[in-house]
Amino acid sequence: MTIFGIGLTVSIFITMMALVNGLESTFVETGHDDQLLVIRQGSLNEVNSYFGRDLFQVIRFLPGIAKGPDQQPLAFGEIVVVINHTRIGGESSNILVRGTSAQALALRPEAKIVEGRMFRSGLREVVASRSLSRRFENLTTGATVHFGRSDWNVVGLFEAGGTAYDSEVWADYGEIAQDWERPIYSSILLRVENESAGEQIRQRVADDRRINLQAIPQKQYFADQATTAVGVKMLGNFIAFLMGIGACFAAMNMMYGSVMSRSREIATLRAIGFRKRHILASFLVESMILGLLGGIAGCFLALPMHGVSAGTANFQTFSEVLFHFRLTPGIFLRGLIFALAVGIVGGYLPARRAASVKLVEGLRE
Amino acid sequence: MAELLIEMKGLSKVFRRDSVEIPVLRDINLRVFAGDFISLMGPSGSGKTTLLNIVAGIDRPTGGELRVIESDLLSMTEDQLATWRNHHVGFVFQHFNLIPVLTAFGNVELPLLLTSLNRRERREHVTTALKLVGLTDRADHYPRQLSGGEEQRVAIARAIVTDPTFVLADEPTGDLDAESAVEVMEVLAGLNQQFNKTILLVTHDPRAAAYAKVRHHLDKGVLVEKSS
Repeated sequence: MTIFGIGLTVSIFITMMALVNGLESTFVETGHDDQLLVIRQGSLNEVNSYFGRDLFQVIRFLPGIAKGPDQQPLAFGEIVVVINHTRIGGESSNILVRGTSAQALALRPEAKIVEGRMFRSGLREVVASRSLSRRFENLTTGATVHFGRSDWNVVGLFEAGGTAYDSEVWADYGEIAQDWERPIYSSILLRVENESAGEQIRQRVADDRRINLQAIPQKQYFADQATTAVGVKMLGNFIAFLMGIGACFAAMNMMYGSVMSRSREIATLRAIGFRKRHILASFLVESMILGLLGGIAGCFLALPMHGVSAGTANFQTFSEVLFHFRLTPGIFLRGLIFALAVGIVGGYLPARRAASVKLVEGLRE
Repeated sequence: MAELLIEMKGLSKVFRRDSVEIPVLRDINLRVFAGDFISLMGPSGSGKTTLLNIVAGIDRPTGGELRVIESDLLSMTEDQLATWRNHHVGFVFQHFNLIPVLTAFGNVELPLLLTSLNRRERREHVTTALKLVGLTDRADHYPRQLSGGEEQRVAIARAIVTDPTFVLADEPTGDLDAESAVEVMEVLAGLNQQFNKTILLVTHDPRAAAYAKVRHHLDKGVLVEKSS
């Protein structure tokens, strides 16, 4: 029963860490080292960034931007808007709609159309991430979804390898800008020729006061978005802490029972020469083994959570971000260390009690 | 002249419950020499076990003098006493006090874990001890798989495995049937006769006490009679 109690606590601890890890990974693993994201100076993300279309041309022809097969610079202006949409099940939540171009897929090789086809310009078509289509209404291939001022046909689904793009709907830039009456860009995604070219572009954008933009490494931009996970992490740790206290008391209760029922054994060991510290150590080790067994049980209990998808609010963009619970060997190890700590804390006082069993009384039992 | 192992002079023990003093041992004078086999008989509450516990350093007297193997037990700490017991005392208890999760071999090996012997040496010692009590073939059995008499013989093997200076046996036949009691007492008597092992035996049973070379009686904490 105690092992099960510790196991349950450890499984919740591990699940919370898998959640945080999945959420962080979603952001951290988004982006490429050789790509920059240009947004308005002072903006924290694409949602609250905007700038005139003329600036796109200034950025696009900066030296050091990599060229595509057509010898055109690999730089694409995009617009990002947030819509409120109904979830399957009734509630609603915000999701990101990205106005982009089919060519911009070249800078997101992790994104693949897995069903249907890519949207075409001028037809009010969208593609949605497969993860979103499983959680929101009318985002399956062939469905029609209403947002902005138009009805949009969902012509395909994409997967973006568990990155932040898996929480988006994509449509043609021109149509989104037109529908929202926003002739602006939220961001420019570009690929640099090499690291030093990237550094030069960043410096140049930062130094040019006329354009008031900033160029951020794409990976760093998304890593900064991971602050969303901080609150969840704190909540998870707090819950694990409270449950850990409960598990300590459960372990303590069992170990006290064990000491009580084995007073004669303890006294016998002392009588044949074992010292107090030997008894203390043996009960502590027993409690640690108990904790470890609970920890292993907890790992098995948490295992089915691996890969389960969930969504939470990104408090920077106020839109839903989808992620997968991600269990790693490191998380299992932390779970076992947590279980071991429960064993030590829960076993220490009973072990002290065992070490101080009175020999005469113990032998009489 | 044999070596003097235990010497008690005017030894007394008083238990205090609240403000009431209960004398358990009064003015005990006793000398035990190497190779002795002494029995202490007496009714329940006469102080037999308390006397045995005092000799083992498990309990402390409230008055008188006590020297055991030239050691002043009264000045030792609990940990020093534990080490001293491991070297000098072999215990045999009425209820055997074997560790249920260990085999006969594991139980006998326990006191050796506190010594510097390596695994192979420990195995040799345990095998020898089990052979002396006639239980070599039961080495892998757990206490629950043994009869009462066999359990007590395992306990005797555990008591002698470190080759202690003396063996203290507290009612070793108290939980046994007549046949097993004889087996156990013959093992103890054999240790005394063949290996000159010093034994201090506490018992209710006159048949067990008859194996001793010297028999003492305790009555209300007073050593009242001695017969050989």
